[in-house]
Amino acid sequence: MFPELIDTRPLRRAVDDGLNWVVRNWGGEFEAAAYPLLMLLKAIENLLVATPWWLIMAVLVSIAWLATRGWKLPVTVLVSLLFLGVMDLWKDAMTTTALMIAATITAIVIAIPVGVWMSRSLNVRKAITPLLDLMQTLPSFVYLIPTVMIFGPGKIPALIATIVYASPPLVRLTDLGLRSVDPAVMEASRAFGTNPRQRLLGVQIPLALPTILAGVNQTTMMALSMVVIASMIGAGGLGYQVLQGIGRLEVSRGLFAGLGIVALAIIFDRVTQSFGKQLQARIGLAEAR
Amino acid sequence: MNAIDTRQDLAIAMRGVTKIFGDDAAGALTLLQSGKSKAEVQAETNHVVGLDNVSLDIAKGQIYVVMGLSGSGKSTLIRHVNRLIEPTAGEIVVNGTDVLKMSLDELRTYRRSQIAMVFQKFGLLPHRSVIDNVAYGLEVRGMGKAERLKEAAKWIEIVGLSGYEQSRPRQLSGGQQQRVGLARALAMDTDIILMDEAFSALDPLIRSGMQDQLIELQKSLGKTILFITHDFDEALKIGDRIAVLKDGAVQQEGKPEDIVLRPGNAHIEEFVRDVNKARAIHVRSIMERGAHEPCEHSVPKDARCEDVLPLFAEHEWVGVVDEGGQQIGRVTAKQVIKALARYTPGVG
Repeated sequence: MFPELIDTRPLRRAVDDGLNWVVRNWGGEFEAAAYPLLMLLKAIENLLVATPWWLIMAVLVSIAWLATRGWKLPVTVLVSLLFLGVMDLWKDAMTTTALMIAATITAIVIAIPVGVWMSRSLNVRKAITPLLDLMQTLPSFVYLIPTVMIFGPGKIPALIATIVYASPPLVRLTDLGLRSVDPAVMEASRAFGTNPRQRLLGVQIPLALPTILAGVNQTTMMALSMVVIASMIGAGGLGYQVLQGIGRLEVSRGLFAGLGIVALAIIFDRVTQSFGKQLQARIGLAEAR
Repeated sequence: MNAIDTRQDLAIAMRGVTKIFGDDAAGALTLLQSGKSKAEVQAETNHVVGLDNVSLDIAKGQIYVVMGLSGSGKSTLIRHVNRLIEPTAGEIVVNGTDVLKMSLDELRTYRRSQIAMVFQKFGLLPHRSVIDNVAYGLEVRGMGKAERLKEAAKWIEIVGLSGYEQSRPRQLSGGQQQRVGLARALAMDTDIILMDEAFSALDPLIRSGMQDQLIELQKSLGKTILFITHDFDEALKIGDRIAVLKDGAVQQEGKPEDIVLRPGNAHIEEFVRDVNKARAIHVRSIMERGAHEPCEHSVPKDARCEDVLPLFAEHEWVGVVDEGGQQIGRVTAKQVIKALARYTPGVG
């Protein structure tokens, strides 16, 4: 056994008491702070649930067509959506989609500025990288439990946990994309007297956009992979069906809900990827050396 | 030196410009100034000497060529003029203003209004059309959309790319891309244009065409062009004056024929040995001066030896005339041959 060098019990107790103190004294404030997130999620969910199923199908199929200008992806999207409808998973699928979209939007709003900041300073990058590693590797239950203690079970902790888990790839890929813009182009821009803002908005972000979009794709996928865990604390949706299936030993329920998650993943993955490819072709990076 | 060498007439003046790359540039500078060579400084401090005490006077309205092999510091030198690189020591004055004393804001204004640059790797914005690329500098300067597109269209036509306005850079050949780069710099309408190995990435035939175009543009626009190249032939063809750079230091500076006829050291002799001397030597520098009886055939005074050689098949004397058509001298085949033979190092 490893020798006991110091007594860690006071440390543990301090952490526990600290959390309890935060919950007691700041719980209301935290909840108020997270209220806009809840509103965002509710708004998206209400919109998706209220929209007739055929309209959602039509919109997603046309987006798929716009992204590829071919028939394969629209057909794939249509089949996936039909599966969700036929299997009586439509409403749950909309709840899950709403959680994923809300998490992705929030992640974009937070992660892209952080990525920009990282790309400009080596020190910031050194400080944030381990934090991102932590966010991706720390088992989600570890931060799920404190968030549930603070916000109570429901949609907010589910959303926050999803954001924590899903944003790191977007931060990393934003940073990478901005850093790998051709230095010759950046120098030319500098030689014409641009200020940093003009270079960021006019050169770096447009040229890094395909990479940033790959990050958004990653974020949507990781958000979807959190739905089962999120449903444990009250997010509902397809994840809840999976949980129920497991709980009642109803393999079919778990299986079909699980396949429903896969269907959603296929739709959002293929569509965002195709947009990325289209963008890349337009900028001409696909042919660049 | 010559009469134009007064400070008001200089577009660019560099005095003792030294650049050392590394964390402790000041320490390495002391070593360098104490007389150590570039190699010694690098061995002792692991700092690279980019430029070593470079002083240049570049008069307005000429094409000034800085020639050197790779690693000679020529690309570092040109980036000092618009301060893309900060020198470790020295003074750089452009159009009478000390570039190194400018604040960041002044520097941006200076880059937007007084100096334009053409790059070896073109540096075009791949996500913008040709016309938006050409208008880029004007856009940065804050010019309105209609006006800058009109200006850009004009320059696209001058460089011969009409019809490609809406193309993307990647759809063009290398030569066409560099024409876009050139148009982008010319559209800025600055007095000074920096060209960093602008034609080095192009095929020989296209390169030659671009050189002719540049000489013509310079004649009609009267710009000051600082041109960097590793190609001695190119330097002789387009340069009004040439500086040869090696290990970050200027080895020799002068008119093309000065360098060909009187190479300053062994390093330059090596370049001169392989060069087409008939192209480098102007007939006016070897002609018999004076108003002799008019010759049947004559050439303008900035003709080179290679231009008169074919004429000797028919004529014994060829006249040299000034811009007004007045004969100012004459030349024979013998004189030309003598000039070309005499200056072959190691022979005469």
